[in-house]
Amino acid sequence: MGEQKQQGAQFMILTQLIFGITGGLLFAMGLRSALVRESLLARIIAVNISGAGVFLAFVAIAYRGLEETPDPVPHALVLTGIVVAVSATALALALRRRLDEADDE
Amino acid sequence: MEITLWHLLDSLLAILLLGLGWAALSGTDLKRGVVLFMAFGLLLSLIWARLRAPDLALAEAAIGAGLSGALLLLALRDKEKSENNLGQPGFLPGLASLLLMLLLAASFALAYVSAVTGHEGGRLAGLAFGNLEQSGVSNPVTAVLLNFRAYDTLLELAVLLAATLGILALGSERRPFRRPGVLLEGLVAWISPLLVIVAGYLLWAGAHAPGGAFQAGALLAAAIVMLRLGGMRSDHLPGPLVQRWLLVGGITAFMLTGYLASFLGLVFLQYPDGRAGLLILLIESAAMLSIALSLGLAYIGGRPSGWENRSSRGRSS
Repeated sequence: MGEQKQQGAQFMILTQLIFGITGGLLFAMGLRSALVRESLLARIIAVNISGAGVFLAFVAIAYRGLEETPDPVPHALVLTGIVVAVSATALALALRRRLDEADDE
Repeated sequence: MEITLWHLLDSLLAILLLGLGWAALSGTDLKRGVVLFMAFGLLLSLIWARLRAPDLALAEAAIGAGLSGALLLLALRDKEKSENNLGQPGFLPGLASLLLMLLLAASFALAYVSAVTGHEGGRLAGLAFGNLEQSGVSNPVTAVLLNFRAYDTLLELAVLLAATLGILALGSERRPFRRPGVLLEGLVAWISPLLVIVAGYLLWAGAHAPGGAFQAGALLAAAIVMLRLGGMRSDHLPGPLVQRWLLVGGITAFMLTGYLASFLGLVFLQYPDGRAGLLILLIESAAMLSIALSLGLAYIGGRPSGWENRSSRGRSS
């Protein structure tokens, strides 16, 4: 019984590691693009991908295996984060549009 | 450590996600980048489903892939000065940023591994599940969002309102699209009412199953986007005064509930015994309308035409 439980824990941790490290890579990739790209639109996409990487790490930490219910607290945080990310994106796009109009004047 | 079929599936999903993310970031064609970003969002929502986070999968499909994608596609119509210079960075800055990126990813991974493997002992999940029965809802995510961590959600609505005020302050609405063909018009006429019904269902289901105010609000916003794509002007929305009230409605309902609790001698935002379910439903309904209108106005792109006339009349009198 104890051995089975330990195997379950290892099963869970491997999945957590796969997605958590993917999240870290996405975070770093997105941040790099946000720093080096010239186009504002490309930067906005980059920040979004970077944020998605952080979300992925959070949800991977909340994962508890195939049978267990995952931790709802990180899920709630990420849900909040998704809505905040889209509102920040919308504001950034509106600012970009206004900047271009200002350039034309 | 035994590697099962699930782990191969996980690795496949992770590699696909990394590939899509890299392709969306590195291309010089912005239109291609936006479409790849939408695919990235859809794949991410599949991964949320795999990680047993159906609430997030719903929200990601509607917001991350759907609404963000619609906003970005719309933004492609604006010409950008810096787009003339799309090239990749020079050799030295490119190398430095690549090193920085690898360093960041490595430290992130290190912190993550120690958090996952070294952690024994109490997590917040225990507290959340232990008090679920008193929360008024049976979906643990909704319980955390609207009860245990209601402050976070209140402040999130404030962030959303602040962003919307910023968008409204930056200019008036985009010109609506030209009249669409019969086919699209018919499709919009079918889909918009369906979206409203599904949004209502998601709001109600959020108490005991995946769903809730955010997913429902995103679907309603999608209905606004569909109507807009179908050539409708912003006039089909409620009048300017109603819009203003709807925008602040979510926060108002939240604050009033909080003050009501204070008035009854409880802590701010502590729901009275046995009334939590009803109060959460009320707050979520108001929050759903606020979220829908905020995201819808973001797609419309600024102050709808009705607002302008009203404010100019106010100034002249």
